[in-house]
Amino acid sequence: MDSDRPLEAHHLRFHYSEAAVVDDVSFSLARGEMLGILGPNGSGKSTLLRLLSGVLAPASGEVRAHGRPLTSYSRRQLGQAIAVVPQDTVIEFPFSVTEVVLMGRSPHLGGFAFEGDRDVEVAHQAMRRTGVLDLAHRSIHELSGGERQRVILARALAQEASIMLLDEPGAFLDIRHTVEIYDLLQDLQREGRSIITVLHDLNLAALYCDRVALLKEGRLFRLGTPAEVITYEALTKVYETEVYVDTNDITGAVNVLPLSRPYRERLRRS
Amino acid sequence: MAAAYLTWRRFVVVNAVLLAALLTSILLASLIGSIHVDLARALQSGIPNNTDRVILFETRLPRVLLAAIVGGALATAGVALQGLLRNPLAEPHLIGVSGGAALGAVIAVILGGRTVFTETSLLPLAAAAGALSSMGIIYRLALVHGRLQPYVLLLAGVVYNAFAGALILCVNAIADFYQAQGILFWLMGNLATQSYALVLTIGLYTAAGTGWLLLQTRQLNVLSLGDEGALQLGVAVDRTRRATFLGASLLVGAVVSVSGMIGFVGLIVPHVMRLTLGADHRLLLPASLLGGAIFLIWADTVARTALGVVEIPVGVVTALCGGPFFVYLLKREGRKAFGL
Repeated sequence: MDSDRPLEAHHLRFHYSEAAVVDDVSFSLARGEMLGILGPNGSGKSTLLRLLSGVLAPASGEVRAHGRPLTSYSRRQLGQAIAVVPQDTVIEFPFSVTEVVLMGRSPHLGGFAFEGDRDVEVAHQAMRRTGVLDLAHRSIHELSGGERQRVILARALAQEASIMLLDEPGAFLDIRHTVEIYDLLQDLQREGRSIITVLHDLNLAALYCDRVALLKEGRLFRLGTPAEVITYEALTKVYETEVYVDTNDITGAVNVLPLSRPYRERLRRS
Repeated sequence: MAAAYLTWRRFVVVNAVLLAALLTSILLASLIGSIHVDLARALQSGIPNNTDRVILFETRLPRVLLAAIVGGALATAGVALQGLLRNPLAEPHLIGVSGGAALGAVIAVILGGRTVFTETSLLPLAAAAGALSSMGIIYRLALVHGRLQPYVLLLAGVVYNAFAGALILCVNAIADFYQAQGILFWLMGNLATQSYALVLTIGLYTAAGTGWLLLQTRQLNVLSLGDEGALQLGVAVDRTRRATFLGASLLVGAVVSVSGMIGFVGLIVPHVMRLTLGADHRLLLPASLLGGAIFLIWADTVARTALGVVEIPVGVVTALCGGPFFVYLLKREGRKAFGL
């Protein structure tokens, strides 16, 4: 077992109909690393994440987790190895918060089973981590978007998977709840979990990710540290618009700001 | 108040309480009827011409037991379909599954040249095949771009029910007079039986279907996170879906073949249970089995006693309760359930 490389993508290719959605993407994730996936709408970010989680099978190429191809894992083994957090989760029935978090124990249980003491302990610990323990009895339907996302994150933690994949976990959250989620991810990362997150927010990526992958039309346009990838030159090419790129005085991270039309035109002329 | 999560203890206690309520209902309902029955006298053997004994054991008890089995099976199928389709408004009757089962049963009866719907142990399988094929068709229609569209599903169910009903009437027109009479009477929903063999047959089908579905309940819980979410948590989504369709079809087929079209049990009972016990299908399914049995016993007791000697079809009683209940549910959760 090669634990230095928890997750590897080898020449991944995928298409829904004719046009490739993910085209020859290769990279590897290091242990304890947070890798951000960036790119415009329709550049294949979410599809790439679904390939990495094993929900979609690539047309060609291969994903390896801990050195083993995903295809050699059973569904339950995959659930023990990889935890996925979607943008938002709609749950039809009025499950309690604890019940939802306990669903994260599903890959560890078989058939018709009840959760044991250890399962409950793991779930409670996960709820403590994400600050939802005092919501334990509440129905998932009574929660705000921020609370619900923290419950889903606790559910992912309860899986005890060393690899976490997140699809814009802050998509529907305000700025405070978003940074709280990423702070928590950073803590998890320091404990040795390996994390891949899709982001739209370039500044968040620069602030939290060790490396970022910039996608353009399904291809890996550039992969490297935020400072290497999030540049004026790369962004104008990939997003096909002018942006303002600067360095944050406090964090030293790259800052990207949008520009309205008159400023974009002025920049283009200069 | 709802507990934070389901434990073995809670599972056992809730089911034990409901089982006690069911046994009490069976006893009480057997004593209620147009003719008074003296329980002490009925239980004494060796009395010649013991009419109390005859009424209790040959008329009332088999009917009450059949009501319990049919009600339990319909409510269980309702829970399973709601969990599978992630829709609290799914119900065997509403989504066309009962219609499919009835069509299957009618075709089998006509092909077999029979006049009665009872006394045959293969008829439930023909009805189950009808239920399964209707479910397959409706499910396929409701998949738009690979996603289940709740309102398309309900609409397809309504249309399929109407279509199956028309086919049944067509077959009925071709059938001979006695067959046609039998079919019409059966369709309205009736639980009158004197046959313990029939009770046992339908009971075995129901036990098999319920046991099979119970094995899927933990997976049904996880399925409420969506297909992808469930897949990522190690649930074999396709297998669970097929297994649940199969189990629900068996239940609906078995009870429709013997009691015709009894609607709304699969809607009312699971909803009340979910409100009081929470959403976990591991408890919801057996609790609805017991709750559905209790509900239909009393609905049938009303059906055979409310108007004195004249009987109302029990399907009429459940529809009279269920219609307004559906409207209430629609007002409460219609937006969500229809994905609007």
